[in-house]
Amino acid sequence: MKLNHLTAHEILELIAKKEYTAKDIYQSVHYQIEKTEKEVHAYANLTEPASLSIDENKSFPIPIAIKDNMCILDQETTCSSNILKGFKPSYDATVIQKLKDSGAIIVGHANMDEFAFGSSTETSCYGPTHNPWNLDCVPGGSSGGSTAAVASNQAIWAIGSDTGGSIRQPAAFCGVVGLKPTYGRVSRYGLIAFASSLDQIGPITKDIKDSALLMNIIAGHDPKDSTSINRTVPDYTNSLVNDVNGLRIGIPKEYFIDGIDAEVKQAVLDAIETLKERGATLKEVSLPHTEYAVATYYIIATSEASSNLARFDGVQYGLRKIPAKSRKSSIVDMYEETRATGFGTEAKRRIMLGTYSLSSGYYDDYYLKGLKVRTLIKQDFDKVFKDFDAIITPTTPTTAFKIGEKTSDPISMYLSDIFTISANLSGIPAISIPCGFSSNDLPIGMQIMAKPFDEEMLFRIGYTYQQITDWHKKRVDL
Amino acid sequence: MNQTVTKYYETVIGLEVHLQLSTETKIFCGCANKFGEEPNSLTCPVCLGLPGSLPVLNKKSLEYGIKAGLAINCSINPLIKFDRKNYYYPDLPKAYQISQYDMPVASNGFLMITDEEGKQKRIRILRAHLEEDAGKLIHESACSLVDYNRTGTPLLEIVTEPDLRSPQEAYDYLQNLKLTLQYLDVSDCDMEKGSLRCDANISIREKGETKLGTKTELKNMNSFKAVKTALEYEISRHKSVIGSGDKIIQETRLWDESKQMSFSMRSKEEAHDYRYFPEPDLVPFIVSADRISEIKASIPELPFAKLERFIKEYTISEYDARIIIQDNAISDFFEECAKHYKDVKKICNWINGSLLQELNSRKSKLTEIDLGALELTKLIQKVDDEELSNLAAKDVLTFMIDSGKGADEIIKEKGLAQVSNDNDLEKIVEEVLAENKKVAAEIKEGKESAIGFLVGQAMKKTQGKANPKKVGEIIKNKLSND
Repeated sequence: MKLNHLTAHEILELIAKKEYTAKDIYQSVHYQIEKTEKEVHAYANLTEPASLSIDENKSFPIPIAIKDNMCILDQETTCSSNILKGFKPSYDATVIQKLKDSGAIIVGHANMDEFAFGSSTETSCYGPTHNPWNLDCVPGGSSGGSTAAVASNQAIWAIGSDTGGSIRQPAAFCGVVGLKPTYGRVSRYGLIAFASSLDQIGPITKDIKDSALLMNIIAGHDPKDSTSINRTVPDYTNSLVNDVNGLRIGIPKEYFIDGIDAEVKQAVLDAIETLKERGATLKEVSLPHTEYAVATYYIIATSEASSNLARFDGVQYGLRKIPAKSRKSSIVDMYEETRATGFGTEAKRRIMLGTYSLSSGYYDDYYLKGLKVRTLIKQDFDKVFKDFDAIITPTTPTTAFKIGEKTSDPISMYLSDIFTISANLSGIPAISIPCGFSSNDLPIGMQIMAKPFDEEMLFRIGYTYQQITDWHKKRVDL
Repeated sequence: MNQTVTKYYETVIGLEVHLQLSTETKIFCGCANKFGEEPNSLTCPVCLGLPGSLPVLNKKSLEYGIKAGLAINCSINPLIKFDRKNYYYPDLPKAYQISQYDMPVASNGFLMITDEEGKQKRIRILRAHLEEDAGKLIHESACSLVDYNRTGTPLLEIVTEPDLRSPQEAYDYLQNLKLTLQYLDVSDCDMEKGSLRCDANISIREKGETKLGTKTELKNMNSFKAVKTALEYEISRHKSVIGSGDKIIQETRLWDESKQMSFSMRSKEEAHDYRYFPEPDLVPFIVSADRISEIKASIPELPFAKLERFIKEYTISEYDARIIIQDNAISDFFEECAKHYKDVKKICNWINGSLLQELNSRKSKLTEIDLGALELTKLIQKVDDEELSNLAAKDVLTFMIDSGKGADEIIKEKGLAQVSNDNDLEKIVEEVLAENKKVAAEIKEGKESAIGFLVGQAMKKTQGKANPKKVGEIIKNKLSND
């Protein structure tokens, strides 16, 4: 097997046996980038060779791709938007600090939908990323660069962020494991905010064991993030247990609706059957407010985004544009020209939606109502988790779609996150793991959700499933 | 202004005071909260609003906010929640200000003032909420520069109900508010440095009318006096507009101190829609009742309670008491002095006279100089004991403050002890008499009033060290014996 096809835990064993060095591993990843990046376009930018740090003495010298919305000291961080071109942060995000401390080798910033607004990585200012399994297809989004980097063996690990499914949906499309931890489990300090109450950073890996290893590094309370929770982080490798006997798993009927791809549905039902054979109890449950999730999400997320993105005004950093002819005052001219030039179409659409929802006279009908429905959606989950250990659903209603297929139809694009959004609204942890392939060889993902702070349950079920199946061992050979 | 018009109108004023809290660090980051440093030297990713940075509440600023709220008789909301106020301005790096919208930390308070008829009047306080200050723009000829040092300074915005009825009441309210806040030691309350800023809402209406008239908001006053003058100007402007049959437009106006006029800044139509919503980066939390009680217990006796007590307990005049309570440290100093020395009137005279003069000339506060209450009373005692003349004692006080040394040491060092020794004094008197034979002769002839002149000459000779009473006696003796 090729070195860059390996998981981190396999690599660490080889390094421990002194068969390979961290440098060898990085070289194999670098080789793959040179070979396939032109076709895949997973990266927004690569770390300058001079600033690469490979320390053989650190515990986890694993090549990792970082989504382009996490601040890396002195390394251009743009959220794949023209408006942040040239922005080099003066500090490391907490997650980056933790990764650097553990020895992880930051290969580069992975491509993404501009400001994480999208489900296909087509709205990036750097152009689209291609799905390694079928280059005509999207990798999903918004962390499509991160999942494509891992799926194309251009990184061993990746870090993504998930606001409404931005880790899990592209993980499903690219056939990798993507975890959205509980809100507050991983520090958001240094993550350029999309929707502050929904954003969460998480690991993207080839298998469950690597996901647990990477969570061990990045999880934990951060005094710099008031929304991170001060709660002991377990050693997640302890939950890599091959046993689901007696676990109660709920199957929500609202997630197996008409319009869902038949092959996707069958693959997830097969996976459920596999867990049943290993002693898990499965039962249909109801999450009655599911149908309101997408609407609620687009009100809350865009409202917060409209405020979060207001700071990109040309004053301090990034793009500054001054119109040739003065229209209003010099400062208003600069604001307007900078923002009109710097933001792409989808960013502008979401800023306008959010500004509208928060406006005087509309706030009660939109934002405030959104918050109320959000509570109802959360209560649906609280109720189910009284009697169940986990919930299993498809991650996405379809497999990866074609590049360009949905760009002119924002609503159909928004609906590709229909199964992932509720976990963000309710703050619970959710993971996507590979559970099959369609007849046209595109990966299918299964989503497992659990109670807040019970990532261990996701790892336990996922690990057991991966002991029985081989989907996570399939590699693209590009 | 036409006096007959005045009778038919009533002025309605409400004030918004922005108070910078004097915490060590800023409200949402660890940067130092200081005035007058090198531009942009007190900044970090958080107060610069850099992408990815997040706010963390400084607990001290919350404590100060609660303390101030309690001191102005507010109820404290134990659920602490922040909101975002969204607007664009280059001094606001996140393009939103973290503030408190629907749940201010303190609400429904009041402060007493004395109205024009000398009666106590209650000015209701609607709310006091915490927020972050913005940066400062510096306009150059070719461009504008931003200094972010002030960004993130904790502010408490204190808003009154429209209970004030004249510019003088507004002025008195501000004086009382400032004095109360200074006692808490939560702010410099220095309008010149911008640590206390005041905007005013003003309208007029016919006497007897219960509905409020159309208001204008006045900004950019840089002293209490300017607030008063601007309000007086604005009343006159309102009257002239209404008197001409026109209507007042609801708008924000800027006070121009040099022109002594207000100018329109923006109308209601141009007013911002701030799109307030709960700040998702700061999770709401509860302050325990115990903590609030603890903060309440840390509030010292407030100035007006102290004023009443001083008049009663020390039987000093209201005039003296008012001066002493203007500064909490001075009032404490006064009480300390009173423990060591019986004649409180004399203490008042020393504090309100020489000591305040010394402080004013040095532009210092009492807490910034090294002077113990015991040392001051010792000094007063020495005058009583005729060891020092009054004049010399004032010099000693100056030296004491300059050096931080005690009175005894200064007197010894400078040789300022009063000369009371008969032999020494007789010698001096003889010299004086020899030099002023004509005056001496006049005294002998019965012009006793001229003795004072000779005493003065003796004092001059001894640089004020001679005991004037004794000198007078010796002169009398000598001249009558001759």
